[in-house]
Amino acid sequence: MDYQPPPFFKRGPAPLALLSLYAALSISLLVVDARYHTLDLLRQAVSMFTHPLQQVAHAPAQAASSAGEFFISAGRLQEENAQMKHAQLEASVTLLRTQQLETENQRLRRLLNVKERQQASGQVTQILYAARDPFARRIVVDKGQQDKIVAGQPVVDDAGIVGQVTRVFPFVSEVTLITDKDQAIPVQIVRNGLRSVVFGLGNGQLELRFMPANADVQNGDMLVTSGLDGIFLPGFPVAKVIHIERDTSYSFARIYCLPVAGVESFGEVMVLEPRNPIALPSELASETASESATVADKPARTKKKRMKKD
Amino acid sequence: MQPTFSSSRILLPVRPWFIVLSLLAALFLNFLPTSNWPGVPDWLALVIVFWSVRENRKVGMGWGFILGLAMDVADASLMGQHALAYVLAAYGASALSRRILWFPLGQQALHVFPLLMVVQLSQLAVRAIAGAEFPGIGYFVGPFIGAVIWLPLTYVLLLPQYQPVNRDANRPI
Repeated sequence: MDYQPPPFFKRGPAPLALLSLYAALSISLLVVDARYHTLDLLRQAVSMFTHPLQQVAHAPAQAASSAGEFFISAGRLQEENAQMKHAQLEASVTLLRTQQLETENQRLRRLLNVKERQQASGQVTQILYAARDPFARRIVVDKGQQDKIVAGQPVVDDAGIVGQVTRVFPFVSEVTLITDKDQAIPVQIVRNGLRSVVFGLGNGQLELRFMPANADVQNGDMLVTSGLDGIFLPGFPVAKVIHIERDTSYSFARIYCLPVAGVESFGEVMVLEPRNPIALPSELASETASESATVADKPARTKKKRMKKD
Repeated sequence: MQPTFSSSRILLPVRPWFIVLSLLAALFLNFLPTSNWPGVPDWLALVIVFWSVRENRKVGMGWGFILGLAMDVADASLMGQHALAYVLAAYGASALSRRILWFPLGQQALHVFPLLMVVQLSQLAVRAIAGAEFPGIGYFVGPFIGAVIWLPLTYVLLLPQYQPVNRDANRPI
């Protein structure tokens, strides 16, 4: 018989073998997640275990804040009420005219045969918490697949663009804020209609990149979405220019902006419906269709050639 | 196993359900809103290191991997980021466990500090490769606090094993 050690000395696989197994597993997960973004199903499965725990963990803080709101003094509420009435009266003047302008705009667009602008609509959601990850700026809101949220939907608050839905779970979804590093939004300067793209810096600010040093940008300029991406509807406020560095040794000006919306605050946000894709004009559509057909033909042709050679 | 090898106290064997409970409690502590505050240690890393040092045949890299995946989903970070960090820390802790337990608690904490740093540094390395920015010095305060917490944590997690075999009705613990 061979000399096997008695069973009470058995310790399973060697630690170094286990380490290499688990390290290889996690590194392959990292690469797949960072490069191919195809782990959503695994994430949703794990979230079925973690989200209830997280909700329980955040319950005391939410209960405390709602209790705090309950004990707010009546005086402060009255003051707030008066302020809101004042603000509403001020806003109603512009709102009434806006409605009239919108109908007029629609009529004129119809007369000029320009495509009508899509009306903004969406769902109000509550921000649950900010994600713990110190490397990114994300928040979690309380609507998910159950409410037909899909990745890519824009998120706004009462002042402007907050971010974009990037991951959807069954009951919650993750929103990447516009201040997240390299989060990009195509914008337009209200004053002169100059188009550009604004990027998040990761420190709560935004940067207008690739603008020439002599570009017509001033401190205090308002940036609104240009809508060229086909995701954000045009005209939503995004940021305000706060600092411009024009250095002649660089070809581009460094332009820093501050988001208009309460990006870092908590409260309610609105997830806008996804934008309808803009249909191409009929002649262009037929052209692209024939192009794609030729592209599809090409590999078949090369195969035939090869077969002839053989 | 004894609190340290130099002490003469003999502990009861650990109960498996208590290990699972403490790991889940640490996961829960990481989910609390307080974990966004600067200097709050990674509780789960601390407890995984503790059990990897104490009971490296019961808790090790497998638990680190599974709980790391749970942290990754809850944290909205890259999949496998926490898993890799906890696996490395659990391996280091179990490799060093025979050495660490010879020292008194203060010097054990000095050994635990680099293990907790490994957790933070490996996550920083992973995210830096993926293109994230350095999150600031505050990110490295957690391991210092975690090493200090090692002393009370050892007492709390060993408390069930301090109980005498023959229960005395007149003794509180």
